[in-house]
Amino acid sequence: MPPVLRTVLQRLGLGLVTLWVVSIIIFATIEMLPGDFAKAILGQSATPETVAAFQRQVGLDRPPVERYAVWLLGVLQGDFGNSFSSAGSLAGHERTVSSLVTPRLKNTLFLAGMVAAIAVPLSLALGLLAALYRNSIYDRIVNLTTLTSISVPEFFVAYILMLFLAVRLPWFYSLANVDADTPFLERVARCALPAMTLVLVIVAHMMRMTRAAVINLLASPYVEMARLKGLPPWRVILRHALPNAWAPIVTVIALNLAYLIVGVVVVEVVFVYPGIGQLMVDSVASRDIPVVQACALIFAVAYILLNLIADVVSIATNPRLLHPR
Amino acid sequence: MTLQTADAQIAPPRAGLAKRALRELRRAPPSALLGLAILLAYVFVAIFAPLIAPYGESEIVGSQYEVWSEKHLFGTDQLGRDMLSRLIYGAQNTIGIAIATTLLSFFIGGSLGMLASLVGGWIDQLAGRLVDVLMAIPQLVFALVLLSIFGTSIFNLILIIAVLDSTRVFRLSRAVSMNVVVMDFVEAARLQGERIPWIMAREILPNILPPLVAEFGLRFCFVFLTISALSFLGLGIQPPTADWGSMVRENATLISYGDVTPLLPAGAIALLTVAVNFVVDWFLHKTSGLKDER
Repeated sequence: MPPVLRTVLQRLGLGLVTLWVVSIIIFATIEMLPGDFAKAILGQSATPETVAAFQRQVGLDRPPVERYAVWLLGVLQGDFGNSFSSAGSLAGHERTVSSLVTPRLKNTLFLAGMVAAIAVPLSLALGLLAALYRNSIYDRIVNLTTLTSISVPEFFVAYILMLFLAVRLPWFYSLANVDADTPFLERVARCALPAMTLVLVIVAHMMRMTRAAVINLLASPYVEMARLKGLPPWRVILRHALPNAWAPIVTVIALNLAYLIVGVVVVEVVFVYPGIGQLMVDSVASRDIPVVQACALIFAVAYILLNLIADVVSIATNPRLLHPR
Repeated sequence: MTLQTADAQIAPPRAGLAKRALRELRRAPPSALLGLAILLAYVFVAIFAPLIAPYGESEIVGSQYEVWSEKHLFGTDQLGRDMLSRLIYGAQNTIGIAIATTLLSFFIGGSLGMLASLVGGWIDQLAGRLVDVLMAIPQLVFALVLLSIFGTSIFNLILIIAVLDSTRVFRLSRAVSMNVVVMDFVEAARLQGERIPWIMAREILPNILPPLVAEFGLRFCFVFLTISALSFLGLGIQPPTADWGSMVRENATLISYGDVTPLLPAGAIALLTVAVNFVVDWFLHKTSGLKDER
């Protein structure tokens, strides 16, 4: 087996194991619930019968291993069980977690996709320029601005944009309330401010990492060697620098898209965007554990997959593994 | 590598700690000085909050959402409490909780990291894999899950964030102390029959301190931002405790009337983290011996 394939397969296997362990952890959270939990969900007026019915419905009367197996099989088929918000009500009125999560997930993916489409090319270009014109005025200004925008909280950036671009100057919608029937263009317009906030935060991260990666690369001996032997600059970059640059570039992109996953929670709340982040925050407040589990699992899977993709790409483009000898 | 530079820093003849500190300060870049000044101001306000604040922390002194006036410099909040006083008390609560969390996280992560590198074997393996798994889930998401189970209280908040954040401290302290545990003086201490906690505290810790101090600043920023984000989401520090994150949330409606008041607590958070970053940046440059990437 070629070494590239073997390493990639190893990494994929490791990723699967991680996913499995994470699923156990997220499932195990329900085991850690305090004993009076049913009361907290059903309210103080809950009778012993409703409490017992609730525990049966959640499945607390069966052994954990069996419940995990059932839960995992369900999750693999997209079934996360029923939301607690309908717990205690009559059978047939239960709301499934997936009916809550699916529309929200679509909205979040839309926002994240929009941000990625703007932020990735922008930050790669900015980072490359900053690296090529290192220590120039441009570089310093960009450096200081990005250091500042990295270290401030997302909601600060969000509210500043909202205050100046939506309230004082009514250019954009201040709230991003969309529903399933919102036409595409209006959806984009309503998402403008949240997308802008996330772009600002992410570009800062991505640009700094790109700059560092490129500087590192250009300082390596083989690039200097290529330059010294008189190759034209485009050839130095395309033939010598770029093959080794794929790994850091993809890592940078994946890490920041993973960061987007967390950033999206706060930004969705600020702009009242009906995404999965807001759903999760609401469910945490009402302690609707199945919904929290589903959201956490989705976030974790996206996070792990992004990291996995980054690793696989950097292995698959590694010249030392591609031309072994 | 870090070790040598660390030694080189500690080794030169001790020309009076105060004098050396002053000399370093004079050579510090303006951004670091600015950051240091801001930090000192925050600490001052936090410590003397009850003396500085014109009103009590959750004392209702006016009607809701009063505008900025001489009586209430930054107006009042959604319950008629003085905004300026809440901001000042917020410094105490928000920074205090963040520091407590960071200290706890360093205690857990640091001691486990040193232990793993010192003992090695299955303990090292187990701790390492555990940290890998914990880090496979985004921290804010994990914190949300745990908060939904244990409920929101300051104690839970500190514990959860500290444990989640200690994973990064573990990695760093393990990596750095790996270089120290192979040294002769650690071997000597072992042969002398010293106990593991003693070796960790007296032989390893002093040698890995400089990178840990820089990391402390960065971790503090991260913890501070995470707690603020959670408070902002309504899941962190609970009312009536004055806290900057929750203050932003509580007064956010004012934004839609074009009022900048909700930006004040958010700005207070932002300014502090920027200041810490400036200072840490300078400190990292000093301890790593990096001149400039050139």
